Amino acid sequence: MAQTVFIEAINQAIIEEMRRDENVFIMGEDIRRSVYGATANLLSEFGEKRVLDTPLSENGFFGAAIGASLVGMRPIVETLTSFMWVGMDQLISQAAKMRYMFGGQATLPVVYRASMFYGGGSAAHHSDRSYPMFMNMPGIKVIVPSNPADMKGLLKSAVRDNDPCIVFEDGTLAGMRGEVPENEDLPGDELIVPFGQAEMVREGTDCTIVGVAGGVNIAASVSDQLAQEGISVEVIDPRTLVPFDKKTILNSVEKTGRLVITDPAHKVCSAASEIASIVAEEGFWSLQAPIQKVASEQVHIPYTPALEPHVYPDVEKVTAAVKRTLES
Amino acid sequence: MDIDRDLLLLMLRRMWMIRNFELKVMEVHSAGEFAGGAHPYIGEEAVAVGACAALEDTDYIAGNHRSHGHPIAKGGRVDKAMAELYGRVDGYCKGKGGSMHLADYSIGILGESGILGSSVPVAVGAALAASIKGEKFVSLAFFGDGASNQGALHESMNLASVWNLPIIFICENNQYAVTTSYADTVAVEHVSDRASAYNMPGILVDGQDAIAMYEATASAVGRARAGDGPSLIEGLTYRFEEHSLGLGRVRRGEYRTQEEIDNWRKRDPLDILEHNIISQGVATREECDAINAKTVEEVEKATEFARNSPFPEPSDLFDDMWADPIAFP
Repeated sequence: MAQTVFIEAINQAIIEEMRRDENVFIMGEDIRRSVYGATANLLSEFGEKRVLDTPLSENGFFGAAIGASLVGMRPIVETLTSFMWVGMDQLISQAAKMRYMFGGQATLPVVYRASMFYGGGSAAHHSDRSYPMFMNMPGIKVIVPSNPADMKGLLKSAVRDNDPCIVFEDGTLAGMRGEVPENEDLPGDELIVPFGQAEMVREGTDCTIVGVAGGVNIAASVSDQLAQEGISVEVIDPRTLVPFDKKTILNSVEKTGRLVITDPAHKVCSAASEIASIVAEEGFWSLQAPIQKVASEQVHIPYTPALEPHVYPDVEKVTAAVKRTLES
Repeated sequence: MDIDRDLLLLMLRRMWMIRNFELKVMEVHSAGEFAGGAHPYIGEEAVAVGACAALEDTDYIAGNHRSHGHPIAKGGRVDKAMAELYGRVDGYCKGKGGSMHLADYSIGILGESGILGSSVPVAVGAALAASIKGEKFVSLAFFGDGASNQGALHESMNLASVWNLPIIFICENNQYAVTTSYADTVAVEHVSDRASAYNMPGILVDGQDAIAMYEATASAVGRARAGDGPSLIEGLTYRFEEHSLGLGRVRRGEYRTQEEIDNWRKRDPLDILEHNIISQGVATREECDAINAKTVEEVEKATEFARNSPFPEPSDLFDDMWADPIAFP
């Protein structure tokens, strides 16, 4: 299988979907010249009508994507999590609510691709990991890929889905290489990853780690390291948070009796919080130790490299959390 | 501009329909027949009806909280609108939206929005779709003088202009954002003056005159369909009633003088249109009265339809949450 960089996987998904369906178009800031790489070569193939550079007007173009989706288009919007605050009214008041509010008349096949640039000295205004806020708002599907193949397959599913989707692209993975199957090797000749199906990343028997987005790589590293100490750690990647495959996680906790969740979002009301609460409600009698959440500290992202790394989950923190569950 | 007789009478019929619908809503609301609030459009009928008379069913509109006039002006059904206010299954949104969220996707009514200015970018998106696909439909966004101060409006007008989109921005300037006056909140004399900042035509129209609204909108729609881009039309108007039903009982202090209200009531848009129709010999007083009476009858029937429609079942709570349904959590 081909080794593909995460950002190239995004580019492949967009190109394939734009070739497949002429109603798919893409808009965002500086996408024609592909500042982030994900929209490379789109302008030359698809032209200015379908590859739109927008003004700095998130409220305006987030809403325009919604309106276009209501009348038959399938827009992809490129943005950053931290710019989503500017267009929040359109995401919440319109994208999330229109279908229900209008009794099912509105169908909004719109995709927002939101890059999360954290961990690289971008400071508080460019480092948000905001997916838990959208889990709290009914009406938006929340996608959190952790590797190039899932990134490609989940983005293609999002473009075809008939509900508003936000795909959170973890910037710590932007340069990650991973195996992405060639289309001709796949059933149906393309890579589609369905929503709501968690992936078993490592099998184990002593403790379960659920990783979210970039947290999956940390969990896998912890599992590999602890294996050398004779500790067998299962790693699960939910891949989508809305919908959420709780069955795979509950089954795993039933087997291991222990749960650690690693989530780059702020700890309070995080994805980790919701996963912990689901397991506490529905898997309590399987647990042999308290659930451990390893998420970002409840503080803004500082610029200086002397402080920033202390905010996020890392291998050391997750390893310690696994060991705490084993002490009980 | 010569306006077709049928179109003039259709406009009159729709204006009477809105007026009688709103009068009925006020009556049944004060009798406690439905739960939520409502924002009467009485006094402003000429703006929506004149504007929508320039549209086809295949064109799109999006509106705001003062939400009954726009769909009726676009040809929406009063029975489904009334049933929605009553929260019944036969309502436009099966009782999920209520007064502020009427929509009819079968005739291009993309929906009314309770967040002001928020539906305007959505209307821009419909126009963007026309532009990308090379189709001839247009989009029309209704908003008030209050929403004219929202960032969404400025972003929308700039986007529409740089992308040369087929959209008509219609400002219904009724001069008050709830109780706060235009003069206290808008930095220019007319909202339409702002059009120059977005390099589009800005037209100030007598919003009590349905024919003037129609003519201005028809011209803007013609420009839009020809690929000449967006327009901003400001209809200067007045709401004859309170901002919302029941507000008069809770607010402290007056914000409009009785004299001002009385003077505007003398410029009733129905009187003005009927005067034009009768004086031009398009129809007689009796024919106009018959149109009014017919709409009273239709509104009565709509109200009976709403009263007789069942409430949704508790099991309907989760319906229409998703197009591609999921179980969550």
